[in-house]
Amino acid sequence: MRNKPKPSALSGLSHVALAVWALLIILPLLWTFLAAFKDNTEIFGDALQFPGAARWDNWARAWEKAHVGQYMINTVIVVFFSTLGTMLFGSMAAYVLARYKFVGSKLIYLLFVSGMAFPVFLAITPLFFVVKQVGLLNSYLGLIIVYIAYSLPFTVFFLAAFFRTLPEAVAEAAKIDGASHTRTFFQVMLPMAKPGLISITIFNVLGQWNQYLLPLALVPADRSKWVITQGIADISTIAGYEADWPALFAAMNLAIIPVLIVYIIFQRQIQSGLGAGALK
Amino acid sequence: MERLRKYGFVLGFLAVPVTLYVVFVISPYIQAFQLSLTSWNGYQANPAFVGFENFTRLFNDEVFWNALRTHGIVLLVMPLVVLALALVFAFLLNLGGGSRGAGMRGVWGSTFYKVVFFAPQVLAVAIVGVLWKAIYRPDESGVINGAVMKLGGEPIGWMSDPNLALWSLIAVMVWQAVGFYVVLFSAGMSAIPKDYFEAAALDGAGRFTLFFRITLPLLRDTIQVGWVYLGIAAFDCFALVQVLTLDAGGPDGATTVLPVEIFKTAFSYSKVGYASAMGVALFFLTITFAVLTLRVTRREKIEM
Repeated sequence: MRNKPKPSALSGLSHVALAVWALLIILPLLWTFLAAFKDNTEIFGDALQFPGAARWDNWARAWEKAHVGQYMINTVIVVFFSTLGTMLFGSMAAYVLARYKFVGSKLIYLLFVSGMAFPVFLAITPLFFVVKQVGLLNSYLGLIIVYIAYSLPFTVFFLAAFFRTLPEAVAEAAKIDGASHTRTFFQVMLPMAKPGLISITIFNVLGQWNQYLLPLALVPADRSKWVITQGIADISTIAGYEADWPALFAAMNLAIIPVLIVYIIFQRQIQSGLGAGALK
Repeated sequence: MERLRKYGFVLGFLAVPVTLYVVFVISPYIQAFQLSLTSWNGYQANPAFVGFENFTRLFNDEVFWNALRTHGIVLLVMPLVVLALALVFAFLLNLGGGSRGAGMRGVWGSTFYKVVFFAPQVLAVAIVGVLWKAIYRPDESGVINGAVMKLGGEPIGWMSDPNLALWSLIAVMVWQAVGFYVVLFSAGMSAIPKDYFEAAALDGAGRFTLFFRITLPLLRDTIQVGWVYLGIAAFDCFALVQVLTLDAGGPDGATTVLPVEIFKTAFSYSKVGYASAMGVALFFLTITFAVLTLRVTRREKIEM
């Protein structure tokens, strides 16, 4: 037994390494949270000081004056409809491509999947003009449609893999009972695919909520339609001494906290979805 | 009749997604290649065809080579650091708990660590950029410099020193990415049969041997996938450079990247043709990297 590692010493060291990394993640987030209660003098003073008082009015100013409330509402509207559309159209395409044999099905599948490999920056300039041409620049609808289109490759890829694993017998039984193809899909196959749908929905919500490049290019002019990432990045670039820094920090927390809450609620699905995807 | 119904169904289900995809994804990609051969400024009715002039100009453009240098350094350093840290953390989390009793297990609190480590991944890169901008501030109001000055040191220009800015940028990328790969590798490690470790431990293998002789070889495929993801990310960096660095790519172009230049060239300078040429160059760089990585690291799969 001489060669055996000493569990206590090594697992102690493991804990130190893991705890240090955990602190490196928690402390910046905690500091940002505390900074949202500071006033301008405190923010430009010693960083390692606690705020003098719990100034909740910073949050109110961020919501009202810095338009974070508007940005949040815009983001919620866009992400709600784009995720819904992504999941509806993505699962329809994935289902047909995974379970029906027809001429060109391989080609269409490859077309979707290849979209994951292309850098968005190749498309961004022409995309701007395509969206402009159909008259959807600076609009919710334009952003929603583009989000859906760019989420399809990932969504179709994973859902097609999922639909392939569902048993053929159930679809057969539905057919014998006289259900149409459409009915079989909505009432039999979709409910069976629920675990897959949930993970992909979470990934799409997070991905679309965090999108920065597409809104920056497609909603440039109309501030009242901006999404949260755009709004906060903008506040930070104009911020000098005269800018309302406490409101900026409050705004950041308003953007971070909902995402963290969603993440903590769904962390098990997110992590297991990721694991399943990786091991395919 | 049944055949007809089937084709009608297939067509009905594919119509909307395929139309959206072709109009908003495929067609812009194709147009980008066409536009890269023109001098279009976004307003002219007929883009003037200029052949490969944009590309000749690109290869003589100092900004382009500057951006390539940034991508090159990020590509060499970032994936290596992220994968190394993630592998070590994942190993400690899953197998670092010692081999007392029945087999190997994770350290105490491993679920907590995994949740915390992954958290930066769910935050928007743009928000992470704003957050680190505050942490990296060049005086005592920055978190790091506040601490440095308390310890009697001089404040450090994390983002304003041209020799340091890129490394500060890479550190933020690492900070955000590690958790994703910890979770990815954890899933891979839990798929390795426990008897492998137990058998090796019985034969007297230490923890380092277990890590290098069993875990690493069996995770090879997952690591390779991670390498490709991170390499592709190294060709992006848009949001972070745009938000975090001085003047989006500064100081003095020390952190400039192609996506930021593409965005500026297209939307600030209205040189659509030239921006598209940069996009095409970026496309070939990314594809070359992905294909090369998959080729070079390909190997017989180990049967489990």
